[in-house]
Amino acid sequence: MTTATAPAPPATAAPPIRSHKPRPNYWLSIIAIVVSFVVFVIPFLFILLTALKTRQDAADLSFTWPKQFQFVQNFTAVLQARDYLLIIAYINSIILTVCSVAILVVLASMVAYVLQRRRSRWNGLINFFVLAGLIMPPAVVPTIWVLQKIGLFRTMPGLILVEVAFGMSFCVLLFRAFISSIPKELDEAAIIDGAGSTRLFFRVVFPLLRSVVITVILTQSVAIFNDFVNPLYFLPGDANATLQLTIFNFYSQFTTQYNLLFMDILLITIPPLLMYIFFNRQIVAGMTSGAVKG
Amino acid sequence: MATTTTNRQQAGPRAATAPEPGRPKHSPYPYWFYAPAAVIYGVLFIIPTLLAFYFSLTRWSIFESKFIGFGNYVTFFKEPALVSGLWHTLVYAVITSGAKVVLGMLLAVLLTSQIVARGWLRSVVFFPVLVSTIGVGLTFTVLMNPETGLINDALGAIGIHGPGWLTNPKLALFSVALVDIWKGVGLATLIYIAGIVSIPHEYFEAAKVDGAGSWDSFRRIILPLARPATVTVIILSLIGGLRSFDLIWAMTRGGPGFTSDVIASVIYKQYQAGFYGLSTAGNVVLFLVVTAIIFPLNRFLNRKEVEL
Repeated sequence: MTTATAPAPPATAAPPIRSHKPRPNYWLSIIAIVVSFVVFVIPFLFILLTALKTRQDAADLSFTWPKQFQFVQNFTAVLQARDYLLIIAYINSIILTVCSVAILVVLASMVAYVLQRRRSRWNGLINFFVLAGLIMPPAVVPTIWVLQKIGLFRTMPGLILVEVAFGMSFCVLLFRAFISSIPKELDEAAIIDGAGSTRLFFRVVFPLLRSVVITVILTQSVAIFNDFVNPLYFLPGDANATLQLTIFNFYSQFTTQYNLLFMDILLITIPPLLMYIFFNRQIVAGMTSGAVKG
Repeated sequence: MATTTTNRQQAGPRAATAPEPGRPKHSPYPYWFYAPAAVIYGVLFIIPTLLAFYFSLTRWSIFESKFIGFGNYVTFFKEPALVSGLWHTLVYAVITSGAKVVLGMLLAVLLTSQIVARGWLRSVVFFPVLVSTIGVGLTFTVLMNPETGLINDALGAIGIHGPGWLTNPKLALFSVALVDIWKGVGLATLIYIAGIVSIPHEYFEAAKVDGAGSWDSFRRIILPLARPATVTVIILSLIGGLRSFDLIWAMTRGGPGFTSDVIASVIYKQYQAGFYGLSTAGNVVLFLVVTAIIFPLNRFLNRKEVEL
């Protein structure tokens, strides 16, 4: 650092300190807003506008105002396609997301709690496994083989367990970081009051994890709801297809009906949009804390 | 650790009913809390990972597997389409991760500076992170259509003849990487913003007193002190880049030809074709590549941080 030269220009540098909050840079702001609009907003507007167009209007793929709004008709056409497959897929995706996230929250917080509180010679090994789960890509075909052996291949419970297994590491890290901020004295007080270990965790500690539980729920639901690869491998077939898979299959079917394709895409974009509008702050906090500590 | 043990000793005499201070037989933190997670994780992650090493050495179909030694690896490295998949994986990971580091840093500096509509800009940059990769991939496949796509229309309007983003074999992989960057840069930006915001404000003021311009404070303060954020962004986006499958599959399915195939899409294609052994060999190659890159890099980057 150049601290040695510090005392040299104090007189001239004095005025800038006084301007505590500098004026916003309007030119830069305008450029940033325009560029962000073109790069990030227009693709989403394109989805929205195309989803509202008629078939002929959508066919030339241009970024224009719809000549004729056709929301209801496109919407019902998409829902009715292939015997209401989209609705089934929505239900499947919601079941998958809710069950996986619920199991993840309970199991990962239990692991993180003991891992953070109890020092033992297993900690090194467990930390290694947690890290491995974060870094290593899963072995796909052997996982299918194992699922087949235990009779869970092509079943929703099988896919739920797979999502739990693959998401475990990230959740354990989030929980562990948070639990380390809860004073151990609290546990001791509860033990003195006669709480058993199960009651201690579920009645005393777990309620204190509220904020990190919300973080885990939000980040994991986004990840699992948007997951494409695992349903593709572990739950093939239309009967219990999830949303991402269904949309992907619609693509080949709707190549001549772009209005319907984009109505589909719009429908899978809405859940994350709603979540983002309502939980903006928690999602952002969760993503960064998890990332920085992980 | 030391403080908690002394606390426990102090608490000892008061809690007469508690176990003797020697070594409590029943820890309040029972090991069985690990059990349910360990079973799921062990059965569905660790066992398949270990099995992969064996199965990659077999000719494996739905019903039987026959040990054939390193035959699958020989096939893998002899087949130009498969080897190029390995190469593409590395190129893709390095490009996306490098771009996310640079753009994420620049955007974070911009979005922590004094500009109007900062909150709105942050939301807009971050939102694509939450959107379905398949949705983004399909949308950009349409936008990148060489004749009627919006991108080439816009380029045409200012007199540039746009390329065939996804149809040109030399360009397809880079076009997909571009979309990956578009989707992922928001997370990198967010991590950098968290890093920059945590730098004490006094440093910038002190630098200003010393007569440092904005470039100096970027180079001398933000760049070194946001280093943990840089490490996180590099590691995270490299892991993501090496494993990426869904965006590539949604946009090109590895085509045209095999020019945008990566290891993950090779694994899927071999699996679909029924070559389970070969697919698993690809999976093991992916393990080894990820391990060989991420672990040393992680160690290297974190060691440098300590030295600073």
